[in-house]
Amino acid sequence: MKSWEQTFRLSSENDVGFAGGIQVKRINVNKIDSNDDRKKVKVNVSQQTLRTLATVIALCAVLMLGACKKKAAPPPPPPPPPPASPTASISVSPDTIQSGQSSTLSWQTSNATDVSIDGIGAVQPSGSQSVNPGDSTTYHLVAKGSGGTQEATTRLTVTPPPAAAAPPAPSPSEEDLFGQTVKDIYFEYDKSDIRGDQQASIQADAQFLNQHSNINFTIEGHCDNRGSTEYNLALGDQRASSVKSGLVAAGVNASRIKTISFGKEKPFCMEDNEACWQQNRRGHFVYQR
Amino acid sequence: MGDRNRPAPFSATSLARLLCALSLLLLFCTSASTLFAQDWVRTGSGLGVEKVRLAVPDFKASSSDPQNTALLKTFNDTFWNDLDNSGVVELVSKSFYPLQVPGQPTDVTFGMWNAPPPNAAMLAFGNLGVAAGKMTVQGWLYDVKNTASPQVLGKQYADVATDEAARVIAHKFADEIIFRLGGGIPGIAESKIYFVSDRSGHKEIWVMDYDGSDQRQLTHQGSIALSPRISPDGSHLAFSSLTKSGWDILMYSSDLNRLVSFPHFGGTNLSPSWSPDGARLAFSSSRGGHSEIYVCDASGGNLHAMTTGKGPDVSPTWNRKTGAQIAFVSGSTGLPQVYTIEADGTNQQRMTDQGYAVSPNWSPNGQFLTLAWTRKYGPGEPGSSDIYLMDIASKQWVQLTHDGGRNDFPTWAPDGRHIVFQSSRSGKEEIWMMLADGTKLHQLTFTGRNSQPNWSWK
Repeated sequence: MKSWEQTFRLSSENDVGFAGGIQVKRINVNKIDSNDDRKKVKVNVSQQTLRTLATVIALCAVLMLGACKKKAAPPPPPPPPPPASPTASISVSPDTIQSGQSSTLSWQTSNATDVSIDGIGAVQPSGSQSVNPGDSTTYHLVAKGSGGTQEATTRLTVTPPPAAAAPPAPSPSEEDLFGQTVKDIYFEYDKSDIRGDQQASIQADAQFLNQHSNINFTIEGHCDNRGSTEYNLALGDQRASSVKSGLVAAGVNASRIKTISFGKEKPFCMEDNEACWQQNRRGHFVYQR
Repeated sequence: MGDRNRPAPFSATSLARLLCALSLLLLFCTSASTLFAQDWVRTGSGLGVEKVRLAVPDFKASSSDPQNTALLKTFNDTFWNDLDNSGVVELVSKSFYPLQVPGQPTDVTFGMWNAPPPNAAMLAFGNLGVAAGKMTVQGWLYDVKNTASPQVLGKQYADVATDEAARVIAHKFADEIIFRLGGGIPGIAESKIYFVSDRSGHKEIWVMDYDGSDQRQLTHQGSIALSPRISPDGSHLAFSSLTKSGWDILMYSSDLNRLVSFPHFGGTNLSPSWSPDGARLAFSSSRGGHSEIYVCDASGGNLHAMTTGKGPDVSPTWNRKTGAQIAFVSGSTGLPQVYTIEADGTNQQRMTDQGYAVSPNWSPNGQFLTLAWTRKYGPGEPGSSDIYLMDIASKQWVQLTHDGGRNDFPTWAPDGRHIVFQSSRSGKEEIWMMLADGTKLHQLTFTGRNSQPNWSWK
């Protein structure tokens, strides 16, 4: 499941699909192989001890091996594609560096006569090179040969040095402060009045908002996913209004506040349990730029 | 069914079933303009046993055009399906048919049809031919017990030779038969169902034929579009959508295939509903602070509030026969309940006594509501939302769906015999259809999540 998601994400984000997908598949195969070895060792040890136990474990092992084999069978033999079409792969290690550090880019191609990497230019069919870009960079390799063109991509993520991030910003922005300070208001099931344990949050929110009177914001009314679509939109509207009324009563100017209901259209949490439902029954604050 | 003690007004299942049968009987009697030919409700009990036995042999090919086979299959499948879903006839299984089936009146051998094994009362047969891109269908309905003058119906249709046209002709001929065998109520084979689908990546309004074929997207809002309601004449579709300014009622013209202007009222505006004369719209708006039911002209003018109070009021539906009342949902006493109110804002009546009751829809004959109801609701309760039928005068109800996921947004077919609704019984929200007694349940949509169906008025 997870590996499928990874494959999907790779192919959709980097738009390379092919190279990324194959790489991930290989990783899977390796994992399965190492599992295999471990099972074999277990079987040997067990056979020397209890016989009955051994049979059971052996059986399990056979079953699991069978299952593994099934999975191992499909992967296609390592790319021996039609005679002349080129192959290409590219990777960067490490794939995340801090600004100022360098990383090593390695690539391999075959059946290619003309190999180039965007931003570097023409390169040897196979090789490696040290790179130290200032920003996150996607390296895109194009291998041209008589049999066609093959492309591969890898991404190097560059994070700003931690020291650089904090000092230049003398104080967090208002938006950051808003996000850190203003607390969402949670509701009882099918209710839109502010319950007792949320009064403190409302007061604290109002205090912050009164101190930062130039911030405009939206209150989103959300509901859990058990009710009906139309009724939940009306209920979400009442929740947003009721948070707004609470703030206005505590001195916040009504003209700074927009309200919107999302009913059960944009849940924060998708599971079917009370903890999750509670997450979804809320007035959610959004900073308005 | 009946795991816990269900506080139904009729404790015995048989009683509930009887009510179901009776209400259906009432439904059909009162909505029929003429009271002849109701063969299948003669006794008032044992519904389903008394239906006309109709034999429908495949229509025959009347040309050797290469297109003929495919179009004939489309026609035969659609025609059979329409009659099977109609709820007014019992189709005689094809395994009982003689080897030689008729394609012309001269081919009919009465003795082979009106006696066992087929033992049919009626026989629908005909032929389909394609020539030079044109398709011609001839169809007959024969009363095979009346050998002296058997013909009830004889029709000929001509159209371009396309799959779509073959379906339309099948729908038309099926509707003719259903009209004659079903107590004079027009069939629904040519009706449409509007619904919400997320298959494009956003919730948008889609439309399909009543049998689930020919599904296509109407709106391209790119945000969230909900609650489609088609006008009685089919010319306009009102729906609610998230716009830059919030939730607005939007108006889509079926003739122009685009949005047409409609006022922006402010607040959260939801769940539009057309009056049966198409002159007014009811909807929910929080423009005055709380969600209330408002009524305006079809153009958006003359806006006024129908309800007052503090609970959220949504999902209005007009009395489809008289236009004199509106049913709606209100949360003013806690969990949402269904209420009715006169269209002048007086005489508010609570219809449901407990639980979580939403999504009322008024029957074409004006006598019934169908609604989504979770009768036992609360912490620890199974919380299954089911479709119910309620007689408005007596407030008596029957449960139509049982223990199959979350069911919501029931809507009546124009014939008053069918109900379409959304259900999660297949694992995700899809659109399902059934007869108004809960039988003949089948799924219409399969791609993406589909919800909030709304049936055209004819």
